[in-house]
Amino acid sequence: MSAARPRSLWSDRTISILSPLVLLGLWEICARTGIVDVRFFPAPSNIIGHLFELASSGALWRHVGASLYRLAAGFVVGCVPAIVIGLAIGLYRPVRAAFDPLISATYPIPKSSLLPLILLIFGLGESSKIAMVAIGVFYPVVINTAAGVRQIAPIFLDVGRNFGASRFNMFRTVALPGALPLIMTGIKLGAGMGLVLIAIAEMVGAKQGLGYMIWNAWELFDVQTMYVGLFVIAIIGFVMNAGFDALERAIVPWRKG
Amino acid sequence: MAGQTTTAELPDGGQAPAPKISLRDVTKRHDTQLALDRITLDIPASTFFVVVGPSGCGKTTLLRMLAGLDAPSEGQIAIANPEAGHPQNSMVFQGDSLFPWMTVWDNAAYGLTMRNVPKARIDEVVGHYLNKTGMYGARTLYPHQLSGGMRQRVSIARAFANDPDILLMDEPFSALDEQNKTLLHEELLRIWEETRKTVVFITHSVDEAVTLGDRIMVMTAGPGRIKTIVPVDLPRPRNVVELRHTPAYGELVYDIWAQLREEVDRARSREPGSKA
Repeated sequence: MSAARPRSLWSDRTISILSPLVLLGLWEICARTGIVDVRFFPAPSNIIGHLFELASSGALWRHVGASLYRLAAGFVVGCVPAIVIGLAIGLYRPVRAAFDPLISATYPIPKSSLLPLILLIFGLGESSKIAMVAIGVFYPVVINTAAGVRQIAPIFLDVGRNFGASRFNMFRTVALPGALPLIMTGIKLGAGMGLVLIAIAEMVGAKQGLGYMIWNAWELFDVQTMYVGLFVIAIIGFVMNAGFDALERAIVPWRKG
Repeated sequence: MAGQTTTAELPDGGQAPAPKISLRDVTKRHDTQLALDRITLDIPASTFFVVVGPSGCGKTTLLRMLAGLDAPSEGQIAIANPEAGHPQNSMVFQGDSLFPWMTVWDNAAYGLTMRNVPKARIDEVVGHYLNKTGMYGARTLYPHQLSGGMRQRVSIARAFANDPDILLMDEPFSALDEQNKTLLHEELLRIWEETRKTVVFITHSVDEAVTLGDRIMVMTAGPGRIKTIVPVDLPRPRNVVELRHTPAYGELVYDIWAQLREEVDRARSREPGSKA
């Protein structure tokens, strides 16, 4: 055989679609033949069947809807101030001096450990869930936005000044677009963190949502429902990422040469 | 950082026309390092003024102070007030300075947009200069889709479209190959001869200086001082290629190179690793 030649994209894609299918197939066989305990690992076909049951009864949609609403609201509440503060940190030295230590001191705190405090402050209602997502989104976005501004070549700031850009226009025409590629990276990381935190937050003191569904299934030892919840969260994460990738291609058309 | 070049109404009483740009004992230190030492200089309006000097002689520092991007440590810079509706200066930067996130058109229109010029006027002026620089057909492309020469043409269009009183050009062609450079010299001269703006042009190329300039200032190796200012009495409009065949051109290049040579040698002797 000669040295490995680059395989076509098609074969890469085939492998990446086939590998989970093969895994599911093995799981199915193991479940049916009794190699694994179906009380803990129900057959995928049963899980899919259960997913359709939950979907047609409307229960699944109620939980998905609740989680997505909290995720979206928390995303906006966390993302918008993160971008504004991140741009200001990147552009203005005093702002950086004020915010940098605060952010570096609070960033390493595991966000899930804040849940009791957030429940204390915001109560058991919607706002505590939204706050958890917002906190998760805030950090990666603010850090990446500030880094994004600081990696803008100084010549672009000179161009802005030389051509008479006002302070607002320095934000709008230089700092924001210049930082946009890294802002998008921060947004993707933040959205992933938001999804983690919403699942955790909903396990405590919630009456609906995917996290609640999973936790409740555990309490009732309804393992199939638990798997349905995990599966749906995975799908949401996947779709979200694909959506942000598409958004990035649309609003950062200069990123790749 | 926020250094400002003073804009002052120059006295208009004398017989001689007031200079467009006037420097008096301008000194610049970077920390303790003396970069420019007591530069005193008048640049008349509508002059194509070229500055040559060895690397590190403070040419770019000088230009940045004229642009108001840096402030002098000592001395005064006076620049005549621009006509109403014109910015005082626009700079053509060294290297890639087009915003990667804007199309060719938006880059070229940047200065006018920042000054809130009406859109119809922007369309007219930007269209004109993109045509002049041969970049109109590429107006919807992004900089990463262009060659280095094309990017520099857009950068020139951006500065001219802004219609400033003074054009500041910082080695705009230094990264380009010889053919592109010659073509851009022709384009630049053609556009300049229409507008006759005051230009301060920095280069390390003697050929470029003689081809373009009305006056050539040779600077000493750092700290930068004025070594000499040579008038270039070659007729205009100039044909770049034919000009280079004339004896007058050759003599000027030789003279200026002789002056510059001493400074380049001095700069080299100070580089680490060279014999003192």
